[in-house]
Amino acid sequence: MDEGRRFVLRGAGATSALAAALAAGLLRPERVLAATWNKAAFAAKDPADALKSIGASDAVDSSDVMLDLPEIAENGAVVPIEVSSKVPGTTSIAVLIEKNPFPLAGQFTFMEGALPYVKLNVKVGQSSRIRVVAEAGGKHYSTAKEVKVTIGGCGG
Amino acid sequence: MPGPMKIRATVHDGYTDIRVLMNHPMETGQRKVDGKPVPAHFIQNVTVKVNGKTVVEGQISQAISRNPVFSFRVKGGNKGDKIHIGWTDNKGESNQTETAVA
Repeated sequence: MDEGRRFVLRGAGATSALAAALAAGLLRPERVLAATWNKAAFAAKDPADALKSIGASDAVDSSDVMLDLPEIAENGAVVPIEVSSKVPGTTSIAVLIEKNPFPLAGQFTFMEGALPYVKLNVKVGQSSRIRVVAEAGGKHYSTAKEVKVTIGGCGG
Repeated sequence: MPGPMKIRATVHDGYTDIRVLMNHPMETGQRKVDGKPVPAHFIQNVTVKVNGKTVVEGQISQAISRNPVFSFRVKGGNKGDKIHIGWTDNKGESNQTETAVA
């Protein structure tokens, strides 16, 4: 009985140590990234929590982060957006749809000559602000725009 | 079942444009059919490689539209460069495709 409890505690301790190491950036993300998916960030139900999970709580507004989207989207299931960053040394871009059940829609990491640019279609459940966060040199820059949705996107 | 992918890469002034279409239901897990929830089934990881080097790593969620379409850009580039794109979803299914820059 007592031994079982020890085992559980040890296991829990090891897991949280790993989580702490990851959070502190002690483990280089490159190797890990290939096969991982930031579950905590994607499961966050609040935009602020999602930002925190990707380490971007410090994001400041910047006009160097570009977001192009329709003002009114007739069909929320397919909303075309185009994002890019003019911030020198941008290494990643994240897209958050603030009013979706899970705001974080995606995060793209750029390396080896890739331009910090991506065009994609997203689902927007209801009229919402869409926020784009670019990371450069450990700092975060963001821009946001509203999109009006006439038919919600969560049905399909 | 992962369907076929379509990919096209073209050289522009100073960059190569890579466009890809993936056949995937991208189920959110929120949808119901006859009162029963449809389980979430969506692509989580997308990788773009140019001549074997990874240039873009994407982590995406169920908020990406069904049959996802992406455009990426890579600085420079030449005709004949090999572009490879692969994805993996939350059920462990995956698909990949390759093309040469036109």
